[in-house]
Amino acid sequence: MSTSNEPVMEVDYSELIPNNVDLNSDRALRRALERWQPNYIDWWKEMGPEGFQDSDVYLRTAVGVDKAGWAKFGYVKMPGYRWGILLAPKEEGRVIAFGKHKGEPVWQEVPGEYRAMLRRLAVIQGDTEPASVEQQRYLGQTAPSLYDMRNLFQVNVEEGRHLWAMVYLLQKYFGRDGREEAEELLQRRSGNADKPRILGAFNEKTPDWLSFFMFTNFTDRDGKMQLESLAQSGFDPLSRTCRFMLMEEAFHMFVGESGVARTIERTCQKMNEAGIQDPHDTEAIRALGVIDLPTIQRKTNFHISVTRDLFGAEVSTNAANSFNAGLKGRFQETRIEDDHRLENDTYQVLRFRDSRFVEEDVPALSAINARLLDDYIRDCQGGINRWNKVVGKAGIDFNIQQPHKAFNRRIGEFANIHVSVDGKLMDEPAWEGAKHEWLPTDEDLKFLVGLMHSVTTPGEYASWIAQPKVGIDKKTGDFEYVRI
Amino acid sequence: MPNLVRQHLIDPEICIRCETCAEMCQQDAISYDGVNVVVDFSVCTYSMDCIAPCPTGAIDNWIMVEKPHSIEDQFRWEELPSGSGGEKGSNEIEEALEGEVSDMLKAAHAGAGGETRRPGTSSQPCVNLYSRSAPVVAQVQGNYRITDPNAESDVRHIILDLGTNALPVLEGQSLGVVPPGKDDRGRKHHMRLYSLCSPRDGERPNHNNIAFTVKRVEEQRNGAVFKGIASNYMCDLGKGDQVELTGPYGSTFLMPDNPEANIIMVCTGTGSAPFRAMTERRRRTMPLAPGKLLLFFGARTPGELPYFGPLMKLPDRLIQRELVFSREPGKPKEYVQDRIRACAHPVVTLLASDLTYVYVCGLKGMEQGVEQSLADVCSGNGLDWARLRDTMRGEGRLHIETY
Repeated sequence: MSTSNEPVMEVDYSELIPNNVDLNSDRALRRALERWQPNYIDWWKEMGPEGFQDSDVYLRTAVGVDKAGWAKFGYVKMPGYRWGILLAPKEEGRVIAFGKHKGEPVWQEVPGEYRAMLRRLAVIQGDTEPASVEQQRYLGQTAPSLYDMRNLFQVNVEEGRHLWAMVYLLQKYFGRDGREEAEELLQRRSGNADKPRILGAFNEKTPDWLSFFMFTNFTDRDGKMQLESLAQSGFDPLSRTCRFMLMEEAFHMFVGESGVARTIERTCQKMNEAGIQDPHDTEAIRALGVIDLPTIQRKTNFHISVTRDLFGAEVSTNAANSFNAGLKGRFQETRIEDDHRLENDTYQVLRFRDSRFVEEDVPALSAINARLLDDYIRDCQGGINRWNKVVGKAGIDFNIQQPHKAFNRRIGEFANIHVSVDGKLMDEPAWEGAKHEWLPTDEDLKFLVGLMHSVTTPGEYASWIAQPKVGIDKKTGDFEYVRI
Repeated sequence: MPNLVRQHLIDPEICIRCETCAEMCQQDAISYDGVNVVVDFSVCTYSMDCIAPCPTGAIDNWIMVEKPHSIEDQFRWEELPSGSGGEKGSNEIEEALEGEVSDMLKAAHAGAGGETRRPGTSSQPCVNLYSRSAPVVAQVQGNYRITDPNAESDVRHIILDLGTNALPVLEGQSLGVVPPGKDDRGRKHHMRLYSLCSPRDGERPNHNNIAFTVKRVEEQRNGAVFKGIASNYMCDLGKGDQVELTGPYGSTFLMPDNPEANIIMVCTGTGSAPFRAMTERRRRTMPLAPGKLLLFFGARTPGELPYFGPLMKLPDRLIQRELVFSREPGKPKEYVQDRIRACAHPVVTLLASDLTYVYVCGLKGMEQGVEQSLADVCSGNGLDWARLRDTMRGEGRLHIETY
């Protein structure tokens, strides 16, 4: 057979990349993506899950935004995952819901005056996505079960897809600058001193699975709040992108919340079996191969406090500007009953003034971040209440709590003070002397890392975690979620 | 019998209150009071829009109740009520919502001798997306006779285009057809179920179309010619005609998705429909799968064997075909059970593996003979069919659908 008749092999990007943005007809965008995609795959292979790139993982791939396209399950090798560009369906006649442009039709192109602000929003959001994949890249090696391993990888590929979502916006709407930013998203590295990721919490380590569950519950929940606020945007493509991302983010919340709940469930069960009533009898509890509740409380304190820093300064002109411009709204903006312009409103913000905490009425526009942080704290509390139900059901006397808003903060109103978990002001030496009671100690972290070991027999779970109530895609208990 | 209704509930112990379901629900049937996310029975239309996007699996709970639980009740729950209303709070997808369909499926699956499960690696089926009152409309793309022109039986391959309607299906599932019009007593016609003979990605890949294999029922009964209402309606459809469909139905007679799975298929006549779909699925997605396909297919003559031509063109690497004819001139009568006995060695080798799945589809009359032949080949080779059958059924590896 003559080879001259064979067509030149071309990657069919519209086939390779599930999309509902008519990728085929946008040549400029296709060219940009064709240049970016191989670099993305290189990044994934270098910084994605270590050691499992050739495993068959039972993953969900979104190939459409409707109910039929949403949940396509099947075995996939991660580098071959079909990362798509999917936007929630366009709402005809949608108008801007807040800020000074309230009531005007939403923008389908970037308004020139807001170009820099929007680009910044997309870059900051985009940077967190690959960062968390990098943070979690070694966790596959100590997965407590194939079910958990699969969930980790699902979270990872979806964070990858979220990067794609932001890169799509950058490449489609921000020209050359956008393309350069898209490249840089692949250049920065979590925890790297020379080229760190933009936000602090995304340079922390995720060395063990409790950290992973805490991270997905608390830090991905910040992602949820940010996406929800961006989903309100007057820039319609950003809004539609974020609305679809939120559906995936919900799974990450689930992995975190249920992961910690299953950890607590197993701890309580083992304590009851061993007849241990005192949750602070750390040594005896750890000897059972489970994680004591005070350690879970300290991990909660840590993850929640570093995540609160991600909301930025409570009182912020930047946040006021992006709200006023109609670029980033409040959490569930359309459900709030006010004028959505906030020019004459105030919002009560906890501040530190003259050596004490005061609730201060601040112009509502400047307090956008403070309000989002309050919404976040409320959202966290729902999950914590459900954890406490697990503890209560087992008859153990322990209550997991959120630390004071000012506890362990590096950014915002309380960056320069030291405060106990219940909000008592302390000086530096007192803080240094007491912080081990509230934040995970080196010994805690060593214990956690020591406890982690890989369980890869289908249907079996590590000693420290209970099995889930239902399988993924309704699979039965011994389903082989990952073929290593 | 009390008058039970099926209520959709969300498990508050699993739900993380992300409200994705509420976002998806077009009816606004789902609400959240800050504690629980709940479904309002009086508003829910069973559209199933909320099921797939739920990240937790909490959404997929159904309960039979005499009086539906109010949303106020549900807001107070810390866990689902167990067994209230006299029936299990089932986590399994109910095979079908509509009584007539579940009765039909129950009768068709009775041959398995107990409750069947779907294969562990099968894909999650969607069921009951469309009903008699809210059917999906498809348009006929083609209607071809696939038995010889001179053959007695008229079996047709009917292709329907779904246009822009979403109808996610899996191989082995059925759709319902209600022929238009009324019977001579003024009642609506009965619904008939037809197995899809096309795989999940369409009769033509990524075209939103499906296909059925339909035999025209026309036989002597009590001295008169009986004509099946639904089958004649289907077989007489012309290109461009519109057909109303319900379903999909069936959540157990599904194929395993793992490439190592061996699939033994036994059928006669239009019972071949689901096997055409499964074989085509394998051919399209994993032609080099290590798992074996073994097909026993019975008809009276080659001319009456649906899809005889296309079937012969499949590569041997993909499938072992055992085509059996009971009325071939000049040859002794042979039935599928005879051929199973003749193939004892490959059959037993496969049955000994826990990666093997057995499917039987066709007329009720074949069931017993096929079972007996399986029992025979087992007993001659150190396997106990009675026990194996229960094990396989319990593991979702034995599926019988006869009518």
